[in-house]
Amino acid sequence: MSEKTGDKPLRVRMPIGIDYKWCAGPASTDYLTGLKDGRLFGRRCPVCELVYFPPRNGVCARDGVMLGESVEVGPKGTISTFCIVNVPFLGQTIKLPYVAATIILDGAHLGFSHLIQECEASEVRMGMRVEPVWRDKAEWDYSLENILYFKPSGEPDAPFDDYERHL
Amino acid sequence: MGANRCAVVGVGQTNHTSVRADVSIAGLVREAVDRALEAAGMTLADIDAIVIGKAPDMLEGVMMPELWLTDALAASGKPVFRVHTAGSVGGSTAIVAAQHVMSGVHKRVLTVAFEKQSDGNAMWALSVPTPFGVPVHAGAGGYFSPIIRSYMRRSGAPAHIGAMVAVKDRTNACKNPYAHLHEPDWTLEKALETPMLWDPVRFIETCPSSDGAAALVMVSEDVADTMNVPKAWVHSTAMRSEPTMFAGRNQVSPRAGELCAEDLYRKAGITNPLEEIDVCEVYVPFSWFEPMWLENLGFAPRDHGWRFVEDGVTEMTGKLPFNPSGGVLSTNPIGASGMIRFGEAAMQVMGLAGEHQIDGARKAMGHAYGGGSQFFAMWIVGADKN
Ligand SMILES: [Zn+2]
Repeated sequence: MSEKTGDKPLRVRMPIGIDYKWCAGPASTDYLTGLKDGRLFGRRCPVCELVYFPPRNGVCARDGVMLGESVEVGPKGTISTFCIVNVPFLGQTIKLPYVAATIILDGAHLGFSHLIQECEASEVRMGMRVEPVWRDKAEWDYSLENILYFKPSGEPDAPFDDYERHL
Repeated sequence: MGANRCAVVGVGQTNHTSVRADVSIAGLVREAVDRALEAAGMTLADIDAIVIGKAPDMLEGVMMPELWLTDALAASGKPVFRVHTAGSVGGSTAIVAAQHVMSGVHKRVLTVAFEKQSDGNAMWALSVPTPFGVPVHAGAGGYFSPIIRSYMRRSGAPAHIGAMVAVKDRTNACKNPYAHLHEPDWTLEKALETPMLWDPVRFIETCPSSDGAAALVMVSEDVADTMNVPKAWVHSTAMRSEPTMFAGRNQVSPRAGELCAEDLYRKAGITNPLEEIDVCEVYVPFSWFEPMWLENLGFAPRDHGWRFVEDGVTEMTGKLPFNPSGGVLSTNPIGASGMIRFGEAAMQVMGLAGEHQIDGARKAMGHAYGGGSQFFAMWIVGADKN
């Protein structure tokens, strides 16, 4: 609601909303069409040989070159670091507290954020091994949200040295 | 630095607070500008060019505010430049203004940066969905907290370090009339009882959401030499960038920050920053970034920044005071926060910092960072010409 208090200037409520189209480019097109089929594709840098998942703009910023071949990664991965979110915010759909983790998929060298569920927030730790839980296949779209969340895989934790360079 | 000399001759800022419902953005900006001009003994008519900075337009929902702020800044017929480097923008805007003077193109430049957070919703604006990820971040806290956890793990820092920094900054802020938060009663014990918001980041360890603006007047050497006001001479400036995400990126201590600091010290002729710099105003929006930046800026060896905090090195009475103004942790009008750091550094060497003055400060550092720790802007100012 707009606000008018005392002799202060009027504060007018002004909602803004815009629908955008995002041109995914070749690397993110592979990545998003892979997700529609329930598969996880990153791309390898031809110079440093590191695998980007997600491949985002299709460029390795270390070397300033286009990423090369598509590489299937995961589905399991390692939590490199994480945050336990206790803060309610506008548009939030997830029950608090929840864990937002940075996950390095097996075969990939870049972290991305996703939810951790099916364990207490207090049980989550750096190095924890996780695996994805997918939505019903009928709901799959060109989206990482086809994965509902990651859950503990039950494997032993990865040693710190395995993921330290991704922090 | 192979360029013309430049001096800061006026620093102005608003009394920062959570809601400035009494003024528009234009009014807020003008308030800081008038204070800076008054300090310099100048008027808008004396100004050759104006450089404006603010953080993403989406924070207040006003596209390109520089277009309509030209009215409030009496900028008709003068060059106006807008700078945009996310949260570091206040610093990079000051640098662009200084470069206008150092290049010899303009003699009297006004620069101003602002944010009116209460007009919008910064947390929402920083948490919009993207087509390649999932929206699990909860604002800047959700982004930086995992990086802080990585620092704690790598360095072995004890859990109370973040709260120690927070208590120091909040206590310092009580000496600064312009600071947003004036909370004199914090103790380490009380700080550690505040709730975890973005675990491992506690409530006390986070910055407030502020409305505020800051402005600087910078002039060339020949102009400065005719002026009978305190001056801060710009010894060096540096900026560096890197992408937010790339394989093997050191997110705790970004290479861009290290390179920026190296360049800054080299251009200022500083070989031992810990010994040669008297006071720092460093961009610390989450208290754990103080030990992290102590390392990134080359003051402390890797993994030792937290020991500096624990030993009181960054207290106002310590060897290298960090944020005697109370810092971003006590005042965060995002777009202005970097310029407040740069301006506070200048105030220290001008001897104008009042109750939070560090005695005998001759050389000071202003620092800002922005985005996902990907934009860095720094300057060294001194009481002497070089
Ligand atoms: Zn590469």
